[in-house]
Amino acid sequence: MSAQPGTLAPPRVVEQRTHRDARQEQLFRWLLKGCALLVLASLLGAAGATLWGGREAFAKFGWHFLVSTAWDPGNDVYGALVPVYGTIVTSLIALLIAVPVSFGIALYLSEVAPTWLRTPVSSAIELLAGIPSIIYGMWGLFVFAPFFSEHIKPWLTSNLGNKPDDGKLSWVVQHVPFVGKLFGSDYPFGASILVAGIVLAIMIIPFISSVMREVFQTVPTRLKESAYALGSSTWEVSWDIVLPYTRSAVIGGIFLGLGRALGETMAVAFIIGNSMTFSASLLDPGTSIASTIANQFSEASGLQKSSLMALAFLLFVVTFIVLLIARLMLRQLKRKEGN
Amino acid sequence: MSSIYLRRRITNWLAMGFSALATLIGLTFLAWILWETLRQGISALNFKLFTGITANGDEGGLANAMVGSLIINFLGIAIATPIGVLAGTWLAEYANRTKLGETIRFLNDILLSAPSIVMGLFVYTIIVLPSTVLTHGSTSFSGFAGGVALALIALPVIVRTTDEMLRLVPSTLREAALSLGVPQWKLTMQILIRAARSGIITGVLLALARISGETAPLLFTAFGNNYMTLNPIDKMSSLPQIIYQYANDPGDTAHAMAWAGAFVVTMFVLLLSLGSRLVFSRNKVSHD
Repeated sequence: MSAQPGTLAPPRVVEQRTHRDARQEQLFRWLLKGCALLVLASLLGAAGATLWGGREAFAKFGWHFLVSTAWDPGNDVYGALVPVYGTIVTSLIALLIAVPVSFGIALYLSEVAPTWLRTPVSSAIELLAGIPSIIYGMWGLFVFAPFFSEHIKPWLTSNLGNKPDDGKLSWVVQHVPFVGKLFGSDYPFGASILVAGIVLAIMIIPFISSVMREVFQTVPTRLKESAYALGSSTWEVSWDIVLPYTRSAVIGGIFLGLGRALGETMAVAFIIGNSMTFSASLLDPGTSIASTIANQFSEASGLQKSSLMALAFLLFVVTFIVLLIARLMLRQLKRKEGN
Repeated sequence: MSSIYLRRRITNWLAMGFSALATLIGLTFLAWILWETLRQGISALNFKLFTGITANGDEGGLANAMVGSLIINFLGIAIATPIGVLAGTWLAEYANRTKLGETIRFLNDILLSAPSIVMGLFVYTIIVLPSTVLTHGSTSFSGFAGGVALALIALPVIVRTTDEMLRLVPSTLREAALSLGVPQWKLTMQILIRAARSGIITGVLLALARISGETAPLLFTAFGNNYMTLNPIDKMSSLPQIIYQYANDPGDTAHAMAWAGAFVVTMFVLLLSLGSRLVFSRNKVSHD
């Protein structure tokens, strides 16, 4: 172990280098940590900025802001109920359609389809997630809404609505409460809460189905094989083994889709009709929080601008909570996987 | 006895039929949307779109919007990439199992699907409003503010892919370098990031695909401009914003131009996300 002179740096130089390395290491760590904290800052900043912007509206209207249907720039009175109602109802319609369809797609891709078909079909479904939301808006406005008002809406209003063209109420409307109100409309165009809900459903299907498919594949094969060995059918294995095993993650995926639907702006702004008047009917135009902001913010000032900021704060808080639940649910399965 | 079997068999058939039908519904809508975009977009394409500007209305084109989109997207990616890669590196290499690291990773996942319009309002509050001082009172929308808004949307995508890709790098690589006395920052910058490079690039491309179609955050930041501008502190138009404006216009020519813009944006986004997946298909990226 005799060191040749000249092959090792003298102790002083080694010490200097160690110091330099330590200093650079420290700087590097701070730089990285600073960048990571920026992620945190953008989240807090978005909540803070909208809360600060909405302070006048919150101070002036208080809790009344949440339950008032007024939106009257002339008298400077604003309430959040119409956009909040539109946001919630469109998202619920979207879930009602997207959850069963996504479950069907995930089931098809993980259990039913022949192996060679799975990759192309799942890539195609994922392509839906890649289409920008403004394209959904264009398609909804120029293609789907006219199609809907020509082929689907007349049937709905005359069979399920309380304002049919011929004035005769159908059997369903006379015997089932609320249905007539939901589908009654004399608005002549397609743009409506229902159309917005349907388009939102198409937008969130790829998200929910890809989560479902991913978690269905985490089910241990021996569980499924045991069930098949006992004589279960494919459907029974899916419903009684796969779904209970992945329940929390499936709910997480659904909430993920809900979070998307709540915050979606452009597609909804195109096709919801942007009416600030309250109507319970799904076939009447309405508005959502995000589309109200998109439509009015650049021309608003004073209290109206503040009310829009307050709406944005509400939207941010609600989506944050929904996405929080989604991620917590999804994490439970990951933990199970780790065992 | 056999009636039970029959019932179970029928239930199974119905369920299988339903699942195939659901897939068919999804594929039908995909085909319908792409078909309309292609059909209406291609029939509206012409040379003038790429040379004229929107100030000339029906006689003009979308050149200013295309240039604006390129500049704003470039700004967004240029801001988000270094920050996102460094933040993702911190999560994977320095804070993998710490409480703060886990929290930031968790919140980053939430930020991935946060409503983009709120991000637009955030940037409006921190950049557009304060900079009105510089323009003596008039609201100073700018392409730069639009770039920052898009950066906020691209950031979580890049953070997440960098984090995931670095955690896939085998730890023997780290151990080998550390045992040679390489300082950790050199190990990170010169070995780990290089090993995960193709995955990180995929993440950046996916982020670019994500922000190129974004409209909502640009409405109150870049605002729009009917004239050509290359100056990032000027108001700037972008393709999605022009599409929104023209689609709401009653004229047929405006609608055709909106479809042409929609076609360009869709092709760009789809080719980008397809390309990034094909080129780097050996890296599995999740982006829910």
